Amino acid sequence: MKQRTPLIIFAALMAAIPFIPGLPPFWIVLLNNIGLAALVAMGLVLLTGVGGLTSFGQAAFCGFGAYTTAVLTTAYGVSPWLTLPLSLLVSGIAAVLLGILTVRLSGHYLPLGTIAWGIGLFYLFSKLEFLGRNDGISGIPPLSIGNFRMLDPGAIYFAIWIAVLISALLTMNLLDSRTGRAIRALRRGHIAGEAFGVQTPRAKLLVFIYAAVLAGLSGWLYAHFQRAANPTPFGAQAGIEYLFIAVVGGAGYVWGGVLGAGIVVILKEILQSYLPYVFGGQSQLETIVFGILLVVLLQLAPTGVWPWLMSRLPIKPARKTPDASLPLAAPIREKASSGALLQIEKARKQFGGVIAVNDVSFNVGAREIVALIGPNGAGKSTTFNLITGVLTTTGGSISVLGHKVDNAPPQEVVKLGVSRTFQHVKLVPDMTVLENVAIGAHLRGSSGAISSMFRLDRADEAKLLAEAARQIERVGLGEQIDQLAGSLSLGQQRIVEIARALCVDPLLLLLDEPAAGLRHMEKQRLAALLRQLRDGGMSVLLVEHDMGFVMDLADRVVVLDFGTKIAEGTPNQIKTNPDVIKAYLGATA
Amino acid sequence: MLFLLQDGITNGAIYALLGLALVLVFAVTRVILIPQGEFVTYGALSYAMLATGQVPGTVWLAMAMGIAAFGLDLFDARRSLRLKRILRSLAFNVVLPAAILALTYRLAGPKTPIAVNIALSLLIVAAIGLYLYRLAFQPLAHTSVLVLLISSVGCHLALQGLGLVFFGAEGLRGPALSTAALTVGPLRFTGQSLAVYGLTVAFIIALWLFFGFTLMGKALRATAVNRLGARLVGIRTTLSGQIAFLLASLIGAISGILIVPITTLYYDTGFLIGLKGFIAAIIGGLVSYPLTAVAALVVGSVEAFSSFYASNFKEVIVFTLILPVLMLRSLAAPAVEEEKD
Repeated sequence: MKQRTPLIIFAALMAAIPFIPGLPPFWIVLLNNIGLAALVAMGLVLLTGVGGLTSFGQAAFCGFGAYTTAVLTTAYGVSPWLTLPLSLLVSGIAAVLLGILTVRLSGHYLPLGTIAWGIGLFYLFSKLEFLGRNDGISGIPPLSIGNFRMLDPGAIYFAIWIAVLISALLTMNLLDSRTGRAIRALRRGHIAGEAFGVQTPRAKLLVFIYAAVLAGLSGWLYAHFQRAANPTPFGAQAGIEYLFIAVVGGAGYVWGGVLGAGIVVILKEILQSYLPYVFGGQSQLETIVFGILLVVLLQLAPTGVWPWLMSRLPIKPARKTPDASLPLAAPIREKASSGALLQIEKARKQFGGVIAVNDVSFNVGAREIVALIGPNGAGKSTTFNLITGVLTTTGGSISVLGHKVDNAPPQEVVKLGVSRTFQHVKLVPDMTVLENVAIGAHLRGSSGAISSMFRLDRADEAKLLAEAARQIERVGLGEQIDQLAGSLSLGQQRIVEIARALCVDPLLLLLDEPAAGLRHMEKQRLAALLRQLRDGGMSVLLVEHDMGFVMDLADRVVVLDFGTKIAEGTPNQIKTNPDVIKAYLGATA
Repeated sequence: MLFLLQDGITNGAIYALLGLALVLVFAVTRVILIPQGEFVTYGALSYAMLATGQVPGTVWLAMAMGIAAFGLDLFDARRSLRLKRILRSLAFNVVLPAAILALTYRLAGPKTPIAVNIALSLLIVAAIGLYLYRLAFQPLAHTSVLVLLISSVGCHLALQGLGLVFFGAEGLRGPALSTAALTVGPLRFTGQSLAVYGLTVAFIIALWLFFGFTLMGKALRATAVNRLGARLVGIRTTLSGQIAFLLASLIGAISGILIVPITTLYYDTGFLIGLKGFIAAIIGGLVSYPLTAVAALVVGSVEAFSSFYASNFKEVIVFTLILPVLMLRSLAAPAVEEEKD
């Protein structure tokens, strides 16, 4: 309950504000505007700050929410409370349609696409007859409970801020869950998440819809607060401003959205009311100052005000340690149909004219440690990517337990019990070790977004975290469990990746240079761990450059050179193989 | 029909110029240059004001930005202040805009020839473009595309607001570059529209030659791909950014001067014009110049036809044009993993 204390204090504070005697009513209007902007900004925090998807078009979703209720309540006399779910639904459906089109776009296309449809929708709102064109729709009925009609700003204030607090709570719950971890991993690229079964496009669409629904809620409240809707507040300018709010507050933090809304709304108000006195009657001066402030602020604090504020607070939030004794059921997998655990037959990968992997064949049996070695550029990591489905093969076949996996997506390969680490560490640096490792257990949980928002996932979640904690203990990082992954040394980060891969409860573990960056003692501990895993029934395929480590550990060694397999055998056979020596040391050695 | 197409192509050529500038700036600096539209209005309206014999406020903006840039230079170099460096910065950031300022006041008048007015407008906007990079983007050059984009939005807001201060809320038109006209069959080509076509083609060819065949052009492209790598092989990445912004502001100002005799421009028209250039640039994938040019012609034609047949929904149609294109792009080339931060 400790984590909730600040929230309760904040809620009590907000509830008390309207009762301050002598408070100018204008302040309440301002707070209402802050709350409305905070709702949209919160969605953007999740979308942009956490998920890494930039949208300039959130204002258009507010428009969907506002116009839905405006049309239904004025033209058809529907009760405002009935239009709430409809408003949310309409913004949600709009998000699905636009999301399917744009979410798959990477990098800068998404923001540009959102600017374009933001403007397009703005013109649509202002041209459609039944939406009242540029004049919009007025005479929207106020919200009412029984005979209590929320006519003045002080009344709807409660509706707005209750919505803000509930949304903040739901958003934080969502982020602190199985789905939340998948969302937080999005920003760092899709490969790592997908290797553990995360359906990246679906996760992206989810945050897109979530952000749009929050914006729709804000639009619905706006319509009943202003009792009118016209296109201006839903245009491109407003969309840009929402993003600005999120960035100013701290795009990665739920409360950053609220703080940013406060800063920007109040700042704009001050600029609008005082600048004309300072500089005479010129209009739009606030835009100039606003724009310049934006540029200056970005240079001073690119991560926003909230994290800056938090780092200055002496209190650190207490974390609950997971109860490591909770059992997690073993994953249900398809039975082996035949043959070796991993069977690679003439696998081939061509990038244009370059043959990175040239008809390579080898097997990995049960309870076996196989090392894949070779000089740089030999095609080792490419082979890993072929096995795990990150790359598609040009030819040949790869099967796990007799099931063909070539060209299956990574999410399918991991379901068969193949998990991996990466040569270039792919952890989420601003998540703790525990959270990072728990991504590995993604497929072993089942709670979805809705159940985690309402905290119905706690039993499931506790088991996942318990499993993650056990694996962290197993690899010997128990003391670092609550540290941010980005703060560990590179060698330790590799070990975290191993713990994450172990969370899959794999049959076959693929390790890409696990010993790089480790000290001697750590290497020995790693070797002992891998032997222990093998004796427990797991197979390991590893790429490694440290020959001492490999020859000591591996049961069998496969040597690649320029994409071609040049030798295979026990460590002793490989050490004396003339082809291998030639590949490593040159022709005359 | 034909005159609609002609109208569309004239507009499309302008969008093509802007699209090219956007591609150029993005390719070199990763900045998505929202204020490109302001370069257009600044160029056009400065030219229109000069034509009536007034001195536009943009000269003073260039001066102020230059002084701010000088201040920033001094601040950055505060640990290693050397006279030579200070003098160079002073010459570039203070003396240069002061010279433009003096020149403008000296030359501006009701009888100034068109060519001089054009030259002055270009000088002013080019200086603003240069200092804009120094002030708003150079300090952020190492950050993500998102941060650059938001900074770019900030610049757009500030410049558009300043545009209102300089030029007022009234729209302006400028004198045509030439009054000659040519009639081919049913179509009448004005000298103005021929100038639009000619300059667009010239710019496309020039950019293509510059980036494909000169060392400087290749250096600029290298900067875009990998800043650190480019620096290590001795490319001055700051210079690349300056050149990109210089070219972009020049292209913007030229486009503005080309259209201001045809249509009335307001202080905030630039944003929409720039965005249509964007659509062309996005269709071109932000990398290909020829594709961008073709796309711009399509955007211009679609706009012309929809303003004739469904004028109410002109903007809606133009801006939704982007969605099928984006979808095709995402299907053709699924997201490639980017190493970030």
